[in-house]
Amino acid sequence: MKARQIVLKVNGSDHEVWVLPSDTLLDVLHDELGMADVRYGCGEGVCGTCTVLLDSELVNGCLALAVQAAGHQVTTLRGLMRTGDAMHPLQECFLRRGASQCGFCTPGMILTALDLVRRRGRPSREAIRYALVGNLCRCTGYTKILDAIEEYASQAASNGPSEAPS
Amino acid sequence: MVAPAFEYVAAENYDEAVRLLAAGGDEAKVLAGGQSLVPMLNLRLAHPELLIDINTADDRQPSVAGGMLRLPALTRHRVLIEHDLVRRHCPLLAHAVQHVGNVRVRNRGTVGGSLAHADPTSEIGSCALASSADVVVRGPHGDRTVPASELFVSYWTTSLGASEIVTDVLIPVSRPRQGWSFHEMVRRTSDFAIVAVAAMVELNERADTIAATRVALAGVADRVTLVGQELLIGLAGSTADEASADAAAARIGASLEPPADVHASGEYRRRLVRVLTARALREAYARAAGAAA
Repeated sequence: MKARQIVLKVNGSDHEVWVLPSDTLLDVLHDELGMADVRYGCGEGVCGTCTVLLDSELVNGCLALAVQAAGHQVTTLRGLMRTGDAMHPLQECFLRRGASQCGFCTPGMILTALDLVRRRGRPSREAIRYALVGNLCRCTGYTKILDAIEEYASQAASNGPSEAPS
Repeated sequence: MVAPAFEYVAAENYDEAVRLLAAGGDEAKVLAGGQSLVPMLNLRLAHPELLIDINTADDRQPSVAGGMLRLPALTRHRVLIEHDLVRRHCPLLAHAVQHVGNVRVRNRGTVGGSLAHADPTSEIGSCALASSADVVVRGPHGDRTVPASELFVSYWTTSLGASEIVTDVLIPVSRPRQGWSFHEMVRRTSDFAIVAVAAMVELNERADTIAATRVALAGVADRVTLVGQELLIGLAGSTADEASADAAAARIGASLEPPADVHASGEYRRRLVRVLTARALREAYARAAGAAA
């Protein structure tokens, strides 16, 4: 088994990395590139903590091979946040509603919620719950997470589409 | 956990993938969406030496020709749910796939990969049986067509040859006077089905009683299972009323020896078959009657 060099485009920057065929996208983003907002939770695609966007589609970083991501655009939570210190409106909703406890699940929750709002506009609480079935919060703070996303979706609906991720 | 070491090749087309697969023998595996295979690698339940990635082999979209809905093998679950042609011509499948995994799994998982994986609790497998799907496979000697009813052999085992790859799924387009229903019991949304039922009902020309019924079950055996016509014959000429639907569902339940595991006993699964099948038959009839009205 040979390592090969690939170029990963992550959050708008090119990264030349040496990877093994068996390295997952999560392995490379977290271990090689030091991206702390992409996290190992289960390795089976059920917990959502390794969520990233691959060409603007939500994927499990633990179930995509790094070699498969070569030449595609990878976006982590940080890539969606605005430059400078200003928080994303959804982050503000999470803070205001107490939706982040230990914070381990938060990046995956936020990416998944932003994708939902981008696609569905103002989803019902039931639709939010359905979209988040693959994001586990082991602090079990689900109610406040739903509250925060509902609040953000209603804000985004009244502010127009400018808050949606690219 | 960390996946065992393997080599990786991205195939440019299905012919190349078949050649690689034939050369790789038992140590080679095809990688489609990877939403079942990669967890198995990460858990070290599978130890292939070579992964042949077919994501680079095909970029076709669903299409309709000659009365058949053609789903390229790499059609993602999200596309099955959202694509106009799938929603119109196989609403059973478009609906049932909403029960598969979570949003990330549905963005990557593929219809061909799901069928080739042959999980006995598969929503897609049971829909393929209920909707009389055919699977087109390519091997070293060319293409052949396998009815879904001849595809599933046992747990994660199909009748495909070692060097054959699913390239297409063909489903007869829905007809007037047809109705469908899908019901599934899980403890948590996105779990593997404890029991799932896919039903298709077709009414007679006057659209007042049932002419034909197909029912497929998931979670009741070592493979997704098409219910034998001898168990459904009593529905012909009926309106899937309380008595006829319950009687058929009871016959189906009694014919099964469902497995017991940590999720449910065999007896509970049999009870679910009775309840969910009766419900599905009534709903499929109601949809058919509504479509014909």
